[in-house]
Amino acid sequence: MIDVKHLSKSFGDHQVLKDISEHVYPGDKMVIIGPSGSGKSTFLRSLNLLEEPTAGTITFDGEVITDPKVDIDRVRRKMGMVFQHFNLFPNMTIRKNITLAPVRTGLMTQAEADDKAAQLLSRVGLVEKADAYPNQLSGGQKQRIAIVRALAMNPKVMLFDEPTSALDPEMVGEVLAVMKELADDGMTMVVVTHEMGFAREVGNRVLFMDEGKILEEGSPAQIFGNPQNPRLQDFLSKVL
Amino acid sequence: MELYELWKPLMREGSASFWQEFYVKFYQAFLEGSRWKQYLNGVGTTLLVTAMALALGVVLGILVAVIRTAHDQQRTGRKNPVLGLVNGVCKVYVTVIRGTPMMVQLLIMGFVIFSSSRNYTMVGALTLGINSGAYVSEIIRGGLMSLDPGQAEAGRSLGLGYVDTMRFIVIPQAFKAILPALGNEFIILLKDTSLITVIGGKEMVYAAQAIYGRTYEQMFPLIGIACIYLLLVMIFSWLQSLLERRLRQSDRR
Ligand SMILES: Nc1ncnc2c1ncn2[C@@H]1O[C@H](COP(=O)(O)OP(=O)(O)OP(=O)(O)O)[C@@H](O)[C@H]1O
Ligand SMILES: [Mg+2]
Repeated sequence: MIDVKHLSKSFGDHQVLKDISEHVYPGDKMVIIGPSGSGKSTFLRSLNLLEEPTAGTITFDGEVITDPKVDIDRVRRKMGMVFQHFNLFPNMTIRKNITLAPVRTGLMTQAEADDKAAQLLSRVGLVEKADAYPNQLSGGQKQRIAIVRALAMNPKVMLFDEPTSALDPEMVGEVLAVMKELADDGMTMVVVTHEMGFAREVGNRVLFMDEGKILEEGSPAQIFGNPQNPRLQDFLSKVL
Repeated sequence: MELYELWKPLMREGSASFWQEFYVKFYQAFLEGSRWKQYLNGVGTTLLVTAMALALGVVLGILVAVIRTAHDQQRTGRKNPVLGLVNGVCKVYVTVIRGTPMMVQLLIMGFVIFSSSRNYTMVGALTLGINSGAYVSEIIRGGLMSLDPGQAEAGRSLGLGYVDTMRFIVIPQAFKAILPALGNEFIILLKDTSLITVIGGKEMVYAAQAIYGRTYEQMFPLIGIACIYLLLVMIFSWLQSLLERRLRQSDRR
C-alpha cells in the first residue's frame, strides 16, 4: 500500500533518515519504536510529505507521491494523521473540527458530514461533546476526537505519532482502546509509540529505528522475545 | 459674548483678573467667529485620512504578509520564480518604509513625487497608508508565525489546501492574537495624521495653527486639539477592548 524506496532526509547537514526502504501492506499494524531523536517522527511525517524527503521515492496506492507534479492534497485525503499534541482547531466546535475537511474537500455535504461525525463520535463515546470547544475537553478526549477527525475522511491508512505521549497516565488507556478497536476493524496503521504493551498486543510488525536507520524488524514475538541487535537489546532493557 | 466684549479691553490694560483672562483667551481660541467649526473640519479630515490610510494599510499589509509567508512555505523543488520576484519587491518595500522617518516620507511624497498635486490631504492619506502597510504586514506575519505550526499541519494532513487551511484555521486564530498590536498600529496612525500638516494637509493641527496665527495665543488651541486626540484614542481603545472581550468569550462558552 505504501512503498518507501531509499528514503533519505536531511535538515541542513544533519542527516536524520538514512536510505530507508520499507513496505506497508494493506491491513498492516506497523509499530515503530526507538530512542528519542532516532528519526521516527520524521519517517512517519515523510509518508504523507509533511516532511519533504531529500532523496528517495514514496509510492502510495500505485502513485509516486514524491513526484512534485502530484497534487499532494488529494493524496493526503486518503492518509489520516494523529499528532502527539492533538492539534485540534481551538477556534471551532468539535463538530466543525470533524466536518470541516470532508465538506471543504467536496467529499460530503454538510448534512452527510454531520451524520458521519455523530456516528464516529458515538463510537468513541463522545456524542455529547459535539458542540463543545476543544479546550473544554481532557487530553484523552481531545485525542479521541483527533482520531475521529482523521477517520471522517475515510482514509485508507492511519498514521499515529506518539498519540499517548502527551497524556496523563490515566487517560492513555481510553485512547489505546480506540486505536485497538480500529485495528480490529482492519484499518491499516503505522504507529510510532513508546507503549510497548500496545506494540506487542496490536502490532503485527515492529520496526526498531536508531540513528535514522531501521536496525531490526519482525513480529512482536521476535522483537520483544528474541532481539538480535545489541542496540535493540539495550533499548528494551531500558524501557521494559 | 457680552462678557468677552467687556473684558477684552481690561486685558489690554493689564488689569484683567486670572479668570477674566482665561475666559477671553478661551473665547478667542474656540468661539470667536465660530472657530470651533475649524476644529471640527480638522477632526473630520483627521478621521477621513485615518480611515483611508487604515484601509490601504490593511489591504497592503495582508497582501505583503500573504506573499511573504507563501514564499517561505513553498515545497522545496517547487519554487515559483514569479513569487520569488514579488517577494523581493515586498521585502524592499518593508525595509525602505521601516528604515526612513514618516516625516521624510511625507515630504518626499508631497514635494517630489506628487509636487504638482494640490490635493494635499489625499497625498497625505496615501503616504500614511503605504507607511502603515509595511508595519501591518509585519504584525500579520508575526501573528502567522507565532501560531503553532501543528495547526497548519493538521489542516494540510486532512487534505485541505493551502488557501482553505489559511482561511479556516490559521487566519482566524492569528487575527485574535494580533488584535492588540493592530489596535496599537491604528492608534499610531490616528496620531500620525497630524504630520500631514507639513505638506499642507488640512487636519486638526492645521486648524490650530491657523487660529493661533491670528490670535497669537498658542496654549488653548494646542491643548484643545491634544484633548480631542486623547478623546478619539480613548473611544477607540474602548471599542477595541469590547471586541477583544467578545472574541475571548467565543472560545470559552
Ligand atoms: N524541522 C527540523 N529541523 C531540524 N532538525 C530537525 C527537525 N525535525 C527533527 N529534527 C531533528 O531530527 C532528528 C530526529 O527527529 P525525530 O523527531 O524524527 O525523532 P523521534 O525519533 O521522533 O524522537 P522523539 O521520540 O523524541 O519524538 C532529531 O535530532 C531532531 O533534532
Ligand atoms: Mg517524535
